[in-house]
Amino acid sequence: MASVAILALCNISLSLEGKDNMAAAELDKIDEIIDRYAGKEGMLIQLLLDIQNELKWISQEAMERISKRNNIPIGHIYRVVSFYKAMSLNPKGKHIVSVCLGTACHVRGGLGIMDKAKEFLDMKTEGTTPDRKFTLERVNCLGCCALGPVVVVDGEYHGKMTPSKMEETLKRYD
Amino acid sequence: MPKLDSGAELEKLRQNILSGRDPGKPCIAICAGTGCLALGCGNVIATFKDEVKKQKLEDKVDIRETGCPGFCENGTVVAIYPDGILYVKVKPEDVAEVIAETIIKKKVVERLLWVDPSTKKKVIHEKDVPFYKYQKRILIGNNSKLDPKSIGDYIALGGYSALAKALFHMTPEQVLDEVKKSGLRGRGGGGFPTWRKWESVRNVSVDPKYVIVNCDEGDPGAFMNRALMEGNPHSVLEGLAIGAYAMGSHDGFIYVRAEYPLAVENVGIAIRQAEEYGLLGENILGSGFNCKVEVHRGAGAFVSGESSALMTAIEGRVGEPRPKYVHTSEKGVWDKPSCLNNVETWANIPLIINNGAGWFSSIGTEGSKGTKIFALVGKVHNTGLVEVPMGITLRDIIYKIGGGVLGNKKFKAVQTGGPSGGCIPEQFLDSPIDYDELTKLGSMMGSGGMIVMDEDNCMVDTARYFLDFLADESCGKCTPCREGIRQMLEILDDICKGKGREGDIKLLEELAETVKDTSLCALGATAPNPVLTTLRYFREEYEAHIEQKKCPALACKELISYYIDPSKCKACMICLRSCPMGAIDGGKGKIHVIDQSKCSKCNTCFEVCPPRFGAVIKVSGEPVPPPPSEEDRIIDRVK
Repeated sequence: MASVAILALCNISLSLEGKDNMAAAELDKIDEIIDRYAGKEGMLIQLLLDIQNELKWISQEAMERISKRNNIPIGHIYRVVSFYKAMSLNPKGKHIVSVCLGTACHVRGGLGIMDKAKEFLDMKTEGTTPDRKFTLERVNCLGCCALGPVVVVDGEYHGKMTPSKMEETLKRYD
Repeated sequence: MPKLDSGAELEKLRQNILSGRDPGKPCIAICAGTGCLALGCGNVIATFKDEVKKQKLEDKVDIRETGCPGFCENGTVVAIYPDGILYVKVKPEDVAEVIAETIIKKKVVERLLWVDPSTKKKVIHEKDVPFYKYQKRILIGNNSKLDPKSIGDYIALGGYSALAKALFHMTPEQVLDEVKKSGLRGRGGGGFPTWRKWESVRNVSVDPKYVIVNCDEGDPGAFMNRALMEGNPHSVLEGLAIGAYAMGSHDGFIYVRAEYPLAVENVGIAIRQAEEYGLLGENILGSGFNCKVEVHRGAGAFVSGESSALMTAIEGRVGEPRPKYVHTSEKGVWDKPSCLNNVETWANIPLIINNGAGWFSSIGTEGSKGTKIFALVGKVHNTGLVEVPMGITLRDIIYKIGGGVLGNKKFKAVQTGGPSGGCIPEQFLDSPIDYDELTKLGSMMGSGGMIVMDEDNCMVDTARYFLDFLADESCGKCTPCREGIRQMLEILDDICKGKGREGDIKLLEELAETVKDTSLCALGATAPNPVLTTLRYFREEYEAHIEQKKCPALACKELISYYIDPSKCKACMICLRSCPMGAIDGGKGKIHVIDQSKCSKCNTCFEVCPPRFGAVIKVSGEPVPPPPSEEDRIIDRVK
């Protein structure tokens, strides 16, 4: 029953995203990733991470496909996806902006960088912009503590950030 | 590459590699760790390669992309061997000069040298820089001597000789005994004697057994595991294989957090190379011993770094801790005996086997042996990774190695041990640091984060910051941690916003004790530490927040106000133009005034006001003086 309720929830969020069916190419990709781990036990997290990396989110279709092919209850998959920060139940924006708010970045003014990013993207909280151009997220330490505050945009690291540098950096992404 | 079939073949290979190398040949070692990447080392490396090609110097100089040498503040860091000349903050436009001067003419490029902030003198050689001079870099020192993507570099430095020694000249019991005699304790935080974990796994006669590397370095402010995993992955693999041999295991896991993509990449390459060379996998070095290693990526959950939670995550399930009345040494991954150690613990093993327990235990204090890598960050001059013998004082680390507090600010506290640790005030700067001493001070070793805070950092806000982090990362399985941290956080939030009430401190203390005593795992049990230590050493700051609605450090947004000192304002209009809220009124020749109702306290005006004016003033716990009359706002020179 629980999984039915979860599916209903997923459906709501999906219809809000205006996305009903997944393109065949994406389903092929999911199948290919599932095949990578065929016959190995305990690979659910690794598999989901690969899907997240390649498709930028984990859709209901993806969860259903894994459930069916690997014989894992969908509620179990949903629990894993909703537990881990690296996995997302909604499509992420074109550019992913991660502002580090680990201790070292915090004491060097990371919050100010986050505020600047929110101001520039016209967002009140972290998340994805309505035009899906940017996803703004907080991370708790990227291990570049000596260079705080640190921001990562699309995998590119920017150290020793200031609010004005943040604005300049974001302007470069379209 | 045919697999190596014996210890002698490994030795032969090493000699071959060494004889093919000219120790006098210049080598440009460029840091390619995540820290320097953030400062643009990718372009520096590419430019060096282009320049060497352009000048047809390929045979005369080597370029090595190394792991993190630790001097992150000064990235991109470039060292020229064999002389050990150190260049800091190197940019692509400096490359041509370095090649022309240092490589060809053997001259030093003065302007790229590191300048000692205290003596203003330039330092040429790596070994003379105080940041390096006072360290004991037995683990991290090799990072600048090898390319982490090349097993040949590691073998040339004596790599895998400890594994060969263990396999061919020692019994598993002797290996265990050596680790026991060394006094090595777990580097992940708790400081549990490593040999005890090993022995209990060894004593269980169940097959298979698992050995695990914990590289889920979730503590914000710590990155030594990342540096080792990215910079010298073979040393961790060698330690793991030796441990597997001692415990009778044939399967290893490396659990790396998702936020460290370069570490995942480098250790993956290292495993493939080691298998190809017969140093991992089936029949290692022809000894008949097998050890297969697999990498698992974490998916972003702090609590998954806890040993039982990490093991559940390896099984592909939600990484939540479980009660440990049955130890993981009996039932861990897939309910099989499992031994989990931190990256740094494993990396120590080859050193202990090669140099002997006596050598290792000669470093450090009575109860804590060897070295420890700390991530020295926050408000110090030389931030980065420092490896020091146990027992060194906090003062030596912060002042001798770290170069002291930034600017002319006053040292306030150093936070150690991550979110489970505590803040140590100035009066304990001369305490020797080891596991037991830090615990006595109310903090802990943790994974080794060391965040220096100055007078501008508010201790209540710091405690609030950690609880915010922990409330977010608590898995929610047990009530004291899930609810207790949240309640403490609410109280601290209120205090920081000036809504603190009498009795809040007492309530915080009660809650802290309950959460500490009744939580399921170490996350909850240590979560109150930041609150307890700040209450212990900085109680008056809490009281000021609650009673006078004042933040003495002028950090808590809701408790501070900004105004412009009319006697200092030169009407330069910089703050007026920068204010995002349009809250500053003024003009050319007209003293600026902040409209308090519009001010969002973003601190921009305070930052942009030229230091020689210093006209923007922050106050807390007192009213803002009334603005000057319209007439008085006209500056004399225009009047």
